[in-house]
Amino acid sequence: MRKYTPKDNVQGKSYYTDRFWVAPRVPREEVEEGSHFETVVNALGSQVKESYIEVGQLVVHIDASENFAVIKTLRDECGYKQCSEQSAVDYLAQDGEFELFYQLLNHAEAKRVRVVCRIKKGEAIESIVPLYKSANFAEREMYDMFGIKVNNHPFLKRIIMPDDWEGHPLLKTYPLHGDEFASWYEVDKIFGKEYRDIIGPENRDPAKVERYDTKRFSRVGYEVPFGADISEGEKEQAIEYSETILVNYNAGTKQLDERK
Amino acid sequence: MSQQPNKLTPFFENLNFERDDNTMVINFGPQHPSAHGQLRLVLELDGEQVVKAYPDIGYLHRGIEKMAENMTYNEFLPTTDRLDYIASTANNYAYALAVEKLLGIEAPRRAQVIRTMLLELNRVISHLFFLATHALDVGAMSVFLYAFREREYAMDLMEDYCGARLTHSSVRIGGVPLDLPAGWLENLAAFCDKVDYEVEHTYEALLTENRIWKMRLENVGVISAEEALSWGCTGPMLRGSGVKYDIRKEEPYELYSELDFDIPVAETCDSYGRYRLYMEEMKQSTRILRQLIPMYKKTEPRLMAHAPQYISAPKEEIMTQNYALMQHFVLVTQGMRPPKGEVYVPTESPKGELGFYIKSEGEPYAYRLKCRAPSFFHTGLLQEILVGTYIADVVTIIGTTNIVFGEVDR
Repeated sequence: MRKYTPKDNVQGKSYYTDRFWVAPRVPREEVEEGSHFETVVNALGSQVKESYIEVGQLVVHIDASENFAVIKTLRDECGYKQCSEQSAVDYLAQDGEFELFYQLLNHAEAKRVRVVCRIKKGEAIESIVPLYKSANFAEREMYDMFGIKVNNHPFLKRIIMPDDWEGHPLLKTYPLHGDEFASWYEVDKIFGKEYRDIIGPENRDPAKVERYDTKRFSRVGYEVPFGADISEGEKEQAIEYSETILVNYNAGTKQLDERK
Repeated sequence: MSQQPNKLTPFFENLNFERDDNTMVINFGPQHPSAHGQLRLVLELDGEQVVKAYPDIGYLHRGIEKMAENMTYNEFLPTTDRLDYIASTANNYAYALAVEKLLGIEAPRRAQVIRTMLLELNRVISHLFFLATHALDVGAMSVFLYAFREREYAMDLMEDYCGARLTHSSVRIGGVPLDLPAGWLENLAAFCDKVDYEVEHTYEALLTENRIWKMRLENVGVISAEEALSWGCTGPMLRGSGVKYDIRKEEPYELYSELDFDIPVAETCDSYGRYRLYMEEMKQSTRILRQLIPMYKKTEPRLMAHAPQYISAPKEEIMTQNYALMQHFVLVTQGMRPPKGEVYVPTESPKGELGFYIKSEGEPYAYRLKCRAPSFFHTGLLQEILVGTYIADVVTIIGTTNIVFGEVDR
């Protein structure tokens, strides 16, 4: 029987896990009274669903619809002047949700807060670009990598992948080596989809240069008008390969070293 | 001509290069020599003045975050070399530190000393590279040659330690793989003297009061403190705008809390101020390196943390003790399984705040790894600070941001 591989998460998996093994958890500490983090939690009030300290940083779980208000409070009242990082984690397979995090930094106190919220698949999140301009690139990258739409973003467009790319690479459903679309990307773009069969998977070389093509490649030093025919009647010749085998190692008795 | 006509429609993001008004749209990069790798800038020019700038990135995208989800923690470490390939150890270290925080382990003292040495040596390498390329971009060819000469000595030291010059992988999760070779500390001390001398007598003598250099850099690329904070600038870009924040000082990791060094700040907010800042940081790095040399001699010769469920035992134990061998076998074939949880660990790389966010679900593979690269945010800043500048200053401003495309595109 073929081994079952789940379709909703095609990332690397451990080939063996002890049946009785239970993963421990990184210790989470309560927010201490009188600390800076307590004032942060108090300032946010009822918007906080859950708060704890993990590895020295405050983690605040909030409702996704309140992300702008919460981060505005953190910036204006708690002194978190910088948004270091903003991205998402794909939990579609388990919960049908994305987990979004905003990593904020307070320079005066040298403290960091992580604001965490969850959105369902297909839902959009409010942009925080009016608060932090660094979110401009970060949200674009999140959109590019996960397909999460961001409301009121000034310029929501793919940033790392090409604009005409299909699929979002950091989703758990996206294979490491790319999907069907990715493998034919250059062929589709240069020749068209109908050329997939003619070219075939063994010849899909993205770096192939047609010798007489003057439309896409300039001939440095010998410039000609766009699209000019420079073949001078010469027919295109297929590369010939030798039919004869030069050294037949399968034949057997040939001794390479004569001294033996 | 088997090519069908019009099959390839050039894809320029619906940019209209031919305009009716007086502005002109030009493509800068991705193969421009001062594009620092693979930066493509689309600039809209009115005469020689930039009206609109649009940084386009992604030409060096290798999916490193995706690879992290498909590799065990130790497997992924050499991949981090390819982020900021000018100072690889800073990336190795940032990643190793994040995993160590997740595991809750700490490297032994000698490993900490060696790591701090390597980090500061990499800072010098990176800053020399910045100086060389920045000067070359601006037009000072000879500085490039001098700075690369000293960088070569620093890379020789790295080569003596780990065998590699660019992609070091010289840090492991839980410590360092090797002790320092014989005579390395003497070479390091000699290198520190050399760098200090050269910074003062060659680079600063050539550039600091140079009229052309000052004309090209002063009041070019001015970033106010609010702008720098809002755009997520870190490292020299933030300190160059008058904000005194260095993670080594404010959120100390490794041995930085025990070391005596200053955080230089530039109040002028321009490229010239940042150049002075880089020079000063190199001097501070050699100051740190000099303090580390006597610290090394007082340490016990242990290089890897003792955490049998995560870190393999030393080779002599593996070869002599059965249980250590079994642990090693499981760790190599299956990989370590950190506890469930998430961690974000910032470090001060030569370019700025390099942080790794790791989400672990208790598997040998990270569930999500996000690399917070400083250059990524510095590239985003270009779309604002380039507006209103002249085309001749564009190269200076790209140079002063010190972006490296390995970590922008990842």
